[in-house]
Amino acid sequence: MSADSEDEFMSGMSSEGGFEDGNESDSVSFGEEFEDDEPALDFGLHDKDITSAPKKPYEVDFDVFGPRDIQKYQDKQIDEVGAILGQPPESTAILLRHARWNKERLIEGYMDHPEDVLEKAGLGLAGAVPAKTMVVDGFVCDICCEDEPGLETYAMKCGHRYCAECYRHYLSQKIREEGEAARIQCPGDGCSRIVDSKTLELLVEDDLKDRYHELLTRTYVDDKDNLKWCPAPNCIYAVECGVKKRDLNRIVPTVRCDCGHYFCFGCTLNDHLPTPCALVKMWLKKCEDDSETANWISANTKECPRCNSTIEKNGGCNHMTCRKCKNEFCWICMGVWSEHGTSWYNCNRYEEKSGSDARDAQAKSRQSLERYLHYYNRYANHEQSAKLDKDIYLKTEKKMTNLQSSSGMSWIEVQFLDTASQALQQCRQTLKWTYAFAYYLARNNLTEIFEDNQKDLEMAVENLSEMFEKPTSELAALKVDMMDKTSYCNKRRIILLSDTAENLKNGSWKFNIDINTA
Amino acid sequence: MALPKRIIKETERLMAEPVPGIKAIPHEDNLRYFDVEVHGPSQSPYENGIFKLELFLPDDYPMTPPKIRFLTRIYHPNIDKLGRICLDVLKSNWSPALQIRTILLSIQALLGAPNPDDPLANDVAQRWKEDEPAAIQTAREWTRMYAVSENR
Repeated sequence: MSADSEDEFMSGMSSEGGFEDGNESDSVSFGEEFEDDEPALDFGLHDKDITSAPKKPYEVDFDVFGPRDIQKYQDKQIDEVGAILGQPPESTAILLRHARWNKERLIEGYMDHPEDVLEKAGLGLAGAVPAKTMVVDGFVCDICCEDEPGLETYAMKCGHRYCAECYRHYLSQKIREEGEAARIQCPGDGCSRIVDSKTLELLVEDDLKDRYHELLTRTYVDDKDNLKWCPAPNCIYAVECGVKKRDLNRIVPTVRCDCGHYFCFGCTLNDHLPTPCALVKMWLKKCEDDSETANWISANTKECPRCNSTIEKNGGCNHMTCRKCKNEFCWICMGVWSEHGTSWYNCNRYEEKSGSDARDAQAKSRQSLERYLHYYNRYANHEQSAKLDKDIYLKTEKKMTNLQSSSGMSWIEVQFLDTASQALQQCRQTLKWTYAFAYYLARNNLTEIFEDNQKDLEMAVENLSEMFEKPTSELAALKVDMMDKTSYCNKRRIILLSDTAENLKNGSWKFNIDINTA
Repeated sequence: MALPKRIIKETERLMAEPVPGIKAIPHEDNLRYFDVEVHGPSQSPYENGIFKLELFLPDDYPMTPPKIRFLTRIYHPNIDKLGRICLDVLKSNWSPALQIRTILLSIQALLGAPNPDDPLANDVAQRWKEDEPAAIQTAREWTRMYAVSENR
């Protein structure tokens, strides 16, 4: 069962996931022509599927790409599609960007109505005009009003001609100030022609070219569903992963960027295994907004029936007098006090249906609040502990140096501290999210197994965490113990995550909310 | 900073061949700042009104659009209380090939053809859609109140 669904994910990946996504589908008709430039990446992907060690159920296939790789794949696709469409690379690039890199749709559309496609992408009528500046007699630039003879001018195929200086200025304004790249239009009024890369190469200064290419690469990654920028600050890598949006309720695609940052490919938040994105979103929202404050208010307070001021009863009898409007009422039935007649201090409506309903509602609200707080406190505790562990991690380096000098161990020999601290971080991160996950779980056997796993991991983590607080002098003696505990932690984490992921994939979890509507 | 040739030329042309119904005069101490007057188009609720605007050419002009604002109060779905104007050519559709003259003509055209589907002043736009005759009546009254000088 699990193998089946795993295959499904993998096949989904290799058919649509790669940069070379068109290879399987559209090359049915074109494949033979392009046999020799079969993309290397595709082979790489298949190789990996065969040779790599069997992955854990919670792991997903992904690749990390640097800016240069992305540029390369972009160029390769442009070449391929350009050959099919019979268009020069710069026009192909514009067409592909216009089609948001959906190769199949572009080729299909182009085969049916080439003029329409070109027009919509801002390429207008074809006609060979080489990209170079020229001098035109009697020319007056509409932008700067310069009319000196010998003025260099430039125009694209649309014929909107301006002096080269203004053109250059216009492009740099767009790139530098407005951050545009892929869809810069001709400076002419109302002209929707997109400035092609040849023009940019010709006119833009070198320092801006880098920025331009960076922006182009950015739109390439932004346009592709299977590519995402690593959200870590200042990280230049993009990650490719084939997991689709619709699969996110069955898998938590956690990827590790080359910069070392772990994040969820589905929502780009920090690693939140084992909790699926939808639950994470709900949980964060719940913790963030004041819904629980509202819950507390509803559990502990009532409103004055006349002026609606919120009142907390902190003792005394049921005869309430609103501080604000001086309304006198009964705390139990909320009725006007004067109507209580002789049954003062013993509201006889208490046993009535409306009274008991109100009481039930209050009890329920209190219960759900307590349940939430149970999970939230543990979630928050692990978050806090992870922060503290992070401090330890920062101090680890120092500890390692100390240990080296005090015990005479070599640098390699003290690496166990670093490994342990990283394991601790990762396990805490996982534990934290198990509580958000558990909050949404319905009670059944699976949930109990889950909680057992959770408990085991938690104990392992706390044991390891405790060792970190020992003075440096004792650490050398604890080395073996610590390494054992580290690997035990990691093992418990893998067990928990594998179990959760298997059940998620098979749809075995029962939640107390509808995960699909989240 | 020396005034670019483009601005000098544009100003000269605005003075030499003014557009009918539009006046734009630069300040003597700041040639990038213009006092503008636009006549309400005939057949529109703004007919007979003379609307004052201010226009400023930023340093990057003509790479960036001029900044324009109505000084005279006006009841119009695309112009808000502060006189700011919602017009595509002043924002995303600006092209350096456009000029002060063309922009002011666009604004005059906007007075003749209000677009309540792309509103800036929500209350006005809503009224415009719900009860157009009444909205037009208000626009006419405001024009009489704020945009018609006494000596007429």
